[in-house]
Amino acid sequence: MNKMTTKNVDVFYGKNHAIKDVSIDILDKTVTAFIGPSGCGKSTFLRCLNRMNDTISICRITGDLLMDGEDIYAKSVDPVQLRARVGMVFQKPNPFPKSIYDNVAYGPKIHGLVDSKSDLDEVVEKSLKRAAIWGEVKDRLNESGTSLSGGQQQRLCIARAIATAPEVLLMDEPASALDPIATAQIEELIDELRHSYSVVIVTHSMQQAARVSQKTAFFHMGDMVEYGDTSAIFTNPVDQRTQDYITGRFG
Amino acid sequence: MIDMTELSKKHRSPQAAARLHKRNAAQKRLKYYGILAISLSGLALAILLWSVLGKSAGALTEYQIQMEITLDAELIDRDNIERADFSQLSKDMLSNRFPFVNGRTERRGLFDIISSGAAYELRDLVAKNPNWVGQTIPFDFLASDIADLYFKGAYGQIEPITHRGALTIQRDGESLAFSSSDADFAPLLGNVRARLLARANDHRIEAALQENGRRVFNERGDFVEAAKRKNNRDFELAQAEALEALAAQPDGVFELDQFTASIFLKLGQVWVRVETISSNAGTGKILGDIANGVWEASDWQLLIYNSPPITRKVSDVQAILLETLREQGKVSSGINRHFFTSGDSREPELAGIWGAAVGSFWTMLVTIIFAFFIGVPAAIYLEEFARDNKFTRLVEININNLAAVPSIVFGLLGLSVFIGFMGMQRSSPIVGGMVLGIMTLPVIIIAARAAIKAVPPSIRDGALALGASDLQVSMHHVLPLSMPGILTGTILGMARALGETAPLIMIGMVAFIVDIPDGPTNNATVLPVQIFRWADFPERAFEARTAAAIMVLLAFLFTMNLTAILLRKRFERRW
Amino acid sequence: MSGFVLVLIFLVAVGFFFLSRQKALLASDGVLASLHSRPDYHGLYSFLLSMLSGLVTFIICTILALNPLLSLLIAVIAGLVSGLNITANTRARNKSEKIVTGILFGCAGVAVLTTIGIVLSLVFETFNFFDSIGWRVDKFLFGPRWSPLSGLQDGVIDPDRVGIMPLLLGTAMITGIAMLIATPIGLFAAIYLSEFASLRLRGWIKPMMEVLAGIPTVVYGFFAAITVAPLLRETGGLFGVNVASESALAAGIVIGIMIIPSISSLADDVINSVPQSLRDGSYALGATQAETVRQVVLPAALPGIFSALLLGVSRAVGETMVVVMAAGQGANLTINPLEAVTTVTVQIVMLITGDTDASTAAGPAFSLAFTLFCLTLFLNILAMRFVRKYREVYE
Repeated sequence: MNKMTTKNVDVFYGKNHAIKDVSIDILDKTVTAFIGPSGCGKSTFLRCLNRMNDTISICRITGDLLMDGEDIYAKSVDPVQLRARVGMVFQKPNPFPKSIYDNVAYGPKIHGLVDSKSDLDEVVEKSLKRAAIWGEVKDRLNESGTSLSGGQQQRLCIARAIATAPEVLLMDEPASALDPIATAQIEELIDELRHSYSVVIVTHSMQQAARVSQKTAFFHMGDMVEYGDTSAIFTNPVDQRTQDYITGRFG
Repeated sequence: MIDMTELSKKHRSPQAAARLHKRNAAQKRLKYYGILAISLSGLALAILLWSVLGKSAGALTEYQIQMEITLDAELIDRDNIERADFSQLSKDMLSNRFPFVNGRTERRGLFDIISSGAAYELRDLVAKNPNWVGQTIPFDFLASDIADLYFKGAYGQIEPITHRGALTIQRDGESLAFSSSDADFAPLLGNVRARLLARANDHRIEAALQENGRRVFNERGDFVEAAKRKNNRDFELAQAEALEALAAQPDGVFELDQFTASIFLKLGQVWVRVETISSNAGTGKILGDIANGVWEASDWQLLIYNSPPITRKVSDVQAILLETLREQGKVSSGINRHFFTSGDSREPELAGIWGAAVGSFWTMLVTIIFAFFIGVPAAIYLEEFARDNKFTRLVEININNLAAVPSIVFGLLGLSVFIGFMGMQRSSPIVGGMVLGIMTLPVIIIAARAAIKAVPPSIRDGALALGASDLQVSMHHVLPLSMPGILTGTILGMARALGETAPLIMIGMVAFIVDIPDGPTNNATVLPVQIFRWADFPERAFEARTAAAIMVLLAFLFTMNLTAILLRKRFERRW
Repeated sequence: MSGFVLVLIFLVAVGFFFLSRQKALLASDGVLASLHSRPDYHGLYSFLLSMLSGLVTFIICTILALNPLLSLLIAVIAGLVSGLNITANTRARNKSEKIVTGILFGCAGVAVLTTIGIVLSLVFETFNFFDSIGWRVDKFLFGPRWSPLSGLQDGVIDPDRVGIMPLLLGTAMITGIAMLIATPIGLFAAIYLSEFASLRLRGWIKPMMEVLAGIPTVVYGFFAAITVAPLLRETGGLFGVNVASESALAAGIVIGIMIIPSISSLADDVINSVPQSLRDGSYALGATQAETVRQVVLPAALPGIFSALLLGVSRAVGETMVVVMAAGQGANLTINPLEAVTTVTVQIVMLITGDTDASTAAGPAFSLAFTLFCLTLFLNILAMRFVRKYREVYE
């Protein structure tokens, strides 16, 4: 089932044509990986999906981006509300300088998702559990989020995103700033999250894409070269450029 | 149990939409607060500049009154012109010109229409042209401050009023009575009545205040004070009633005093100051010469000066004299030479900013020598040579703290160290400059360090690799590259020092100094201190001069800041 | 005389520059590369040595009231000594560089000397003053009456009349009013500038704030006395409220306007230095800009903002001209902002510029200045501490 659909999307940064005519279907309860060499536009495209590019004034987007058949760039759609439904996790962990609890409670609070303190406690606990960090922080919820290690911080950020109750979760190279053990934990987590959300992950590690995703899109110089089942892309790419990239000729 | 997928549906619920509406409203509010804050600051700036600019206009021009003066050879020794009393000469000339002005006060008023400095200017002119002695020459006398303000309209204007009747004059020596065939003066009575009622009202307000005091003291049990207040109240009430009764007379004779508008008659060229008036007749004082007896005036004018004498510095007689001179075409105006070329003076029309400007120049010269030639080497040392030890840290903390010390404290430092301990001269630019230099030092050190730090290490490495010593690297490479940044910081620091007032007051630069200082060791004052002094003077003419001096100071500051900005733009380098 | 000697010392030093240079050239036997240091450095070394020893002795001579010609003699001797044994191996460059570095060091030391000078001169007079009031520091700090120069008997100051409480309260009130004006306006302006304003708008507003910051305090004083105070008085009159023509309110408002730009530009810097990643994190959770500012950016920037406010307070406390021109001179103990109050700085100015014998007035004036210095130093150290705390989190 399609969660998000894009048709003929072009993105311009000033005069720079960053994304060229990309059409893609993102399925529900599936992990979709965007791979490609750095600067290929995969992160830019990801940021279009929750309209994070709106905060950059010189960025211009054309084409159709639909979520559940609804144009997310329509006038009636408030980016603020869209972002509550499309969560995002960044490359570098960015916990707020608040307590661990407040970091997670931030989303539900601003969106008014819960009415009572006990409900909020429950949402926080659930999100932390789902982000597989509950065991490590349950006794220190009042400590600052910045006091955690890098991997823990990133899982806290994932918990923070989950607590807002999104339908889609975007992850922009979520493990690139982490050590191998923390990376493995995050990857496990992504696989787990697939059961509840549609997850889109940007990565430049092909192994990671192969490990966690079911669908893969390969981007190159602003073009989306190829999109399909992960297994197919990695074993039997259609395009020469994909072939070259996954065999390590460039990238 | 909370189901997270259920929670996600909440994002699309109508409640969420309503909430979003509120949240967006809060967003807009915050934005408007910001716009409001910035508009308020802009408004404050605009009001400040506007009020200064508006007030300064009056100081841009000065008025001169041209009159013939006879340089009597008996009074002026051709070989010793400096000794002659030109002031008396000018007074005699005025007395001769306006023989009808008599009485001590009025004569003093007559002499006050020209500046006391005019006599000295005349003396200097004659000293240059000794062969004029014995002749009668036209001379442009500088108008005094009150005459100047009168010509500029600061005290209001004398305005003609239409009349229909024929005027019958009856002169008997000094006294003059007049009557009109029509009720020509009736409209003026309204004005007089209104003034009387307004004054009565003032008394009633004062009475109410006194009554209030009486009640308070009564409650406190202080009956002595209460009785005093009661007396005051009754006195005020009586005054009010008397004035109201006066105003109520339907066809009475009103006496004009310093609280009512002044009324004049003009018979040909001769002015009459009206003293009492009714709807069709009155009495007055003649200022000039007219025929005795009873006669009918063919050519007459009725005039009113709406501001009562109490509200203006210029008296009725002075106003008439000035009007007469203006009618004779003797009055001219030009750019305010004195303001831009003279030193300080207690007479507003003679006071100028040149002395203060020169004082500022000498002070700034000392400041820049002190601050730049100590500040830049200090910055080089701290950035290029200092090891990270206790002393360096001490210096750094010191510099940061010095930058936040109130400027007045630097003034006291100068007072006790430079003047008290070293025995240097009070009020001199050299002390002022050193005080400002010490004050500016941290600013320049901080700016210079930032500029030096911005030079990339690759330049240093390159020079070191060629065998240059540390000092050579600093002097030949780092310093020239960071110079634009250092200069920018220096200019900004100097701009701050140029506007500084408080520390200079502490070291006595607030003294009254007339002479233009020749060097940094002369007594001097500076522009901002001059502004401070003038702002304190009661003469109204000083207000415009203060504002104009501020405009000059601001012009200097903006020029300096602009230079700094341009310098930064011009030499901005990205490494 | 002294100026003449100074010129002579300089000329002597220049002379030795050329002598030593010549001597070095001779020592090289025409092969310049055989010298360790270039001839100019030999000259420079002699110049510096002669000039410096001359200057130092000159200063000593001035202080000890000796004949300044002695310093000229010393300069000549130093020049001769420096030039005595110039050989090809003399390390003149290293030596003169050491001297120059020493001079640079000395310049850096001036900053420390200044502080020492301030502290010493303030402390010295303050001690004398406290001594003269029998060390009743308690009466100085907490006494309710301030009129040190009234009731003087043979220049002896009555300890009961030197209570600075009314001055401190007056200063606190004016500072309070100023901060009430400057804090919201400065902070909202900073938030708007850093979070909402377009680059173009910033390009207009920033210079406007710089103009506001660059106006001398005496101009603000004139503005307060000529425009704001009469305006307040008339406005008060409309409502039947009696506003003193030298009310604390007028001075406070104008000082408030004066410190808006410093608060807004400091706060702007602080807010700008909050990492963009935090904002992105908040936006990605669907927070509005306002929510992000209030709940993420401001809490993160709080220590820095606090330090900006403290520096604002420090400026308001030390401000002199506005209060001298627009605030009262009599020490009233009042909490009504519509009445005239006086401040620490006003009293310093009045004491120093007044008619009283300078040595009598200096005591109270310098102790007031010492109090002011301690107060602002405390505020500044506190502010720096906050800044450091802020930096620790983000750098």
